Amino acid sequence: MEIGQHISQRYNEELEDIRNKVLQMGGLVESQTEKAIKALLEHDQELAKEVSTSDQKVNQMEVEIDEDCTRVIARRQPTASDLRLVIAVVKVITDLERIGDEAEKIARYSKKLAKNPSVVDTHSELSHMSTLVLSILHDSLDAFARLDADEAVLILGRDTQINKEFDNLSRLLMTYMMEDPRHIKNALRVSWCARSLERIGDHAQNICEYVIYLVKGKDVRHTSLEHIRSKYFPQDNVDIIETISNDQSEV
Amino acid sequence: MTDVINTVPGMPQGASLESTEPKPTNSTEKYRNEFDVEINGTVGRPFVENAKMSSRNCDVFYGNKQAIFGVDLDIGNHEIIALIGPSGCGKSTYLRVLNRMNDTIQICKVTGQHTLDGEDIYDKKTDPVLLRARVGMVFQKPNPFPKSIYDNVAYGARLHGLASNRGELDDLVEASLIKAGLFKEVKDDLHKPGTGLSGGQQQRLCIARAIAVDPEVILMDEPTSALDPIATAIIEELMDELKSNYTIAIVTHSMQQAARVSQRTAYFHLGKLVEVNDTDKVFTNPEHKLTENYITGRFG
Repeated sequence: MEIGQHISQRYNEELEDIRNKVLQMGGLVESQTEKAIKALLEHDQELAKEVSTSDQKVNQMEVEIDEDCTRVIARRQPTASDLRLVIAVVKVITDLERIGDEAEKIARYSKKLAKNPSVVDTHSELSHMSTLVLSILHDSLDAFARLDADEAVLILGRDTQINKEFDNLSRLLMTYMMEDPRHIKNALRVSWCARSLERIGDHAQNICEYVIYLVKGKDVRHTSLEHIRSKYFPQDNVDIIETISNDQSEV
Repeated sequence: MTDVINTVPGMPQGASLESTEPKPTNSTEKYRNEFDVEINGTVGRPFVENAKMSSRNCDVFYGNKQAIFGVDLDIGNHEIIALIGPSGCGKSTYLRVLNRMNDTIQICKVTGQHTLDGEDIYDKKTDPVLLRARVGMVFQKPNPFPKSIYDNVAYGARLHGLASNRGELDDLVEASLIKAGLFKEVKDDLHKPGTGLSGGQQQRLCIARAIAVDPEVILMDEPTSALDPIATAIIEELMDELKSNYTIAIVTHSMQQAARVSQRTAYFHLGKLVEVNDTDKVFTNPEHKLTENYITGRFG
């Protein structure tokens, strides 16, 4: 599917403009997440502050893109793929903004964690989880940028791994807390950061669902993964299963 | 029915439906540009269970130029179906097939099976005048007769002998004007000329005239393209009310109008029926690339 080729050149530009802004916002949110994670893992207070201040930019972009979408709806009455693009964008930016909020939360807790060094050592678990989350986020934004539903459907379901990591981490934190109640404060902070990371993964998955909606015209929210794959992507089913089994064998 | 007389000025317009470029006669001959998508039959849902009118394998020729190619379509009972497509795609021509309006064009030849309630409307025994009483028509430009408002509405009823006395005729005229949403505005001026009304009122007068003979199907050929948004909204509201009693087929150039009023939408392109689907589907996720290009305003 393509965005251009409307008879009205101006309309092309408006849609292209909206899409570019979303990509820009996606880039910003991704870097916010990266920075927040870095601040968390490396106890970098300065970086954490930077994330907190930049969150405002993310919020502004959400409002701005929302306005652009409203204007296009009012002036152009988009239909079919154009309509789906506008609707998908409105939803994508909501999720992006939430990802921005989660990044800001991670930054906030990491400031506190940096101030109170603790024996609670979860560095390797957090770092592993972060890598997974960042890769999902990156790939989702990539799928949106290229309007690639096939890639988007591959990303769906990758958060099960994140959830597992989150459960493991929670168990580890519980042992710390049982060991010594003085660990509870920091353990909870780490737990909230992990929860935020897990939420970022969920929001990234939502973006993939909107990409599928945008490209295929099917709403795949609240649908089982098997159903989505067999119904809307029957031809790549074999490839997907192969890819997944390859992924798993690597893990 | 009586509208035949008034369509004559519109005829040349119908006859010039010919933006169709010379088509390749055999399929091996590739004629396509970047945006051209091959049309292989109709996609979507052209058939319904409770068809009021249906066409099978409809071809229409103007002289030796073919205007419509093998259209298969059902129009469901009590539904509004919108026929959309670029100029010269054959949608108006198809609409006119449905009440044999093309009979009046000498060079026009219609083939295929066309039925109303299962009866062949092109049968030799079918009287086109009676057919047009059952399948009424409303045109792009309001065309009231140069008579009083009352006589405009009563004309068809008199012609078909639908009222046996003056009182019945009065009731019929009043009921038709009420259904067309015009009665309140004209009840004190029934004997003033219909041509003195505003455009939107005239169009509603034409609708009242069409429903006075109690048709089963109403064909509308761009009924609001000459009206302002308020008159358009009134007519659209009227169509929605009429839907419970009549079957309506509307040709429109306004896609928003098609989206607003119809339950199903049929997209015509270069004389072929490309896609028929529920209106909701057509405007959110059309099946055919050509439909998509047209409704999103892309080259195609």
